[in-house]
Amino acid sequence: MSRDAILAGIRRGLRRGELPEDQKAMLRTRMARPPRHLMPARSRLAHAGQVALFVANLEKEFATVTRLTALSEVPGAVAEFLAAQNLPPQLAIAPHPELTGLAWEERPMLRIEARPGQAQDFASLQHGFAGIAETGTLMLPSHPTRPTTLNLLPDTAMVLLRTSRVVGAYEEAWDLLRAENSDSRTGGFMPRNVMLVTGPSRSADIEQTLELGAHGPRRLHVFLLDDTQ
Amino acid sequence: MQIHSPQFKQRAAEALVDPGLQKALGRAKQGFQVKRAAAVAGLPEFEALRDVGRDIKNHTLANLDFYLEEFAARVEKAGGHVHWCSTADEARAAVLAICQKAGAKTVTKGKSMISEELGVNEHLEKHGITPVETDLGEYILQIRDEGPSHIIAPAFHLNREDWEETFRRVHTDLPADRVFSERRDIMTEARARLRQKFLTADVGITGANFLIAETGSSVIVTNEGNGDLTQTLPKVHIALASIEKMVPTLEDATSLLRLLARSATGQDFSVYTTFSTGARRAAELDGPQEYHVVLLDGGRSNMLGTEYQEMLRCIRCAACMNHCPVYGAVGGHSYGWVYPGPMGSVLTPTLVGVDKAGHLPNASTFCGRCESVCPVKIPLPKMMRHWREREFERHLSPAATRSAMGLWAWLAKRPEVYRAATGLAVRALKLLGRKTGSFSALPLAGGWTAGRDLPVPQAGGTFMAQYAKSKRQ
Repeated sequence: MSRDAILAGIRRGLRRGELPEDQKAMLRTRMARPPRHLMPARSRLAHAGQVALFVANLEKEFATVTRLTALSEVPGAVAEFLAAQNLPPQLAIAPHPELTGLAWEERPMLRIEARPGQAQDFASLQHGFAGIAETGTLMLPSHPTRPTTLNLLPDTAMVLLRTSRVVGAYEEAWDLLRAENSDSRTGGFMPRNVMLVTGPSRSADIEQTLELGAHGPRRLHVFLLDDTQ
Repeated sequence: MQIHSPQFKQRAAEALVDPGLQKALGRAKQGFQVKRAAAVAGLPEFEALRDVGRDIKNHTLANLDFYLEEFAARVEKAGGHVHWCSTADEARAAVLAICQKAGAKTVTKGKSMISEELGVNEHLEKHGITPVETDLGEYILQIRDEGPSHIIAPAFHLNREDWEETFRRVHTDLPADRVFSERRDIMTEARARLRQKFLTADVGITGANFLIAETGSSVIVTNEGNGDLTQTLPKVHIALASIEKMVPTLEDATSLLRLLARSATGQDFSVYTTFSTGARRAAELDGPQEYHVVLLDGGRSNMLGTEYQEMLRCIRCAACMNHCPVYGAVGGHSYGWVYPGPMGSVLTPTLVGVDKAGHLPNASTFCGRCESVCPVKIPLPKMMRHWREREFERHLSPAATRSAMGLWAWLAKRPEVYRAATGLAVRALKLLGRKTGSFSALPLAGGWTAGRDLPVPQAGGTFMAQYAKSKRQ
């Protein structure tokens, strides 16, 4: 058995046998209550400062942002953004109640479908789980109401996020996931897939020169809904 | 992957006179060093985080057996499978078996150095399965039938004209006179080609930057999004990972991620950092139906408890090669296997044997830049010196080197004789070289003077003579 051979090889190198139970218990405690390491001071701000830093970092990484003050503004803002980009008025949205419950009919020109992403999609709207200020990063965990392909296949990926979901550091976003998410299979908090997305797709493989629009979305746009004013 | 490390000297000599390669290598400073320096300057805690990173990895290695078992248990709970593989042969067989069971015809691939180590592509092709590399750099290398020359920028050795020429040659259904006015046009052509491959592949194979025991997750880090398309669209996802990719918790991975992108590309964070845990859940609308981790030892456990243990901390950021004067002069292919630069000079002899890779730890100026930029503080120069000692002990170094070392050791143990001999040598060299000012050839030192001139010793004699004189004053 290779499993046994590998474990035996490791123990031989470490000059010990299998760890005794009390040490295993200590390590299990370390996993159950993970110690916090150094968190950069740049993220240790009052919440308004974190939101401002989140927006500044999004823009630094070539994403764009529209600030909204009410959920009801979303359909209009989406329609205007697509028109401004010369994109057809159609998009795939995450089958999340907060998105499917919007009054899309107020924008009759807009064709929306609640489904996963498809290869020919021009645009998608994902329901954002959290925003991380320290690098302008979106946390997008997979869920029946948040298909992963919406983050990947469309040319223009849009995300709706509430300012109340903006945190300072990555660790605080993990805290939200630990507190709020329950996985249907493991009973733990970790979903099948968690994407941390920082800006639109890019590559520097040709002559170490950054170009946007590699295999993922060419544009990333965040509708940031102010619900903390 | 075939090992060409014994031909290091020959390959390095060819690299030095290859104008295309030298042009590409000239981009290391702007492309990597300047960007890293700016990213590090933007995070005042970076130095302190290096200690955190080192300590996390040391803790993990000291308990590696425990964390691997915890990881495997959680992967299985999440509906995934872990395939423990002691050797490259076992890992290749495991990958092939998964692909065959899935009835795979084509397999998309994210960039994975373990895959290069195993030679996964050749193995799949031999069994009638078509692998398609989807990382932009790996894509062109697969077309050109070349190996990567860098661990995070595999096509670092190519110039724009190579890309254009290659794409014109193989994408023959497109107009031959099309214009690539920007680099982006090259990328867009590759994007369109690979879209279809992503959609029709039966299996997706990625590497893993980290494995997390707490959650049973594998983590990939990319900018292009190709790794995510590779692992999300096909019905089977295989993550290839070696055992030292293990970390205990999400917090531990997070701290290391703060170091990784800054050290690698000079970004604060890569575009896509993705955590995969098991197979598609009931009611989910996308994601793979099977999730496999092929867990490779491949000689790593042998490094534990040796002077090379600290090498297992490596997070494959490539900062060491990006700052190495030797890598910067000869490029990655000279090193002759998967891992080039300082980390490769330490790792390659460990994994393939010092008899084959003994040249690599000798290809160092010991300037120490690699250690000074390493995000987990691996003492790379010290380990290269250990390899030189091993090579000497095992009588693998050339006879001339050995007798010269023997002579030097005999002298060094007799300070009076040593000083007399070096004093004599300095005077002789001064006398001989007083006209030219330097030597372009010296007896017994032809290998050294072939590539550079030795300056004539300056006035004042040997160091010890000058030191004694200054003390008298």
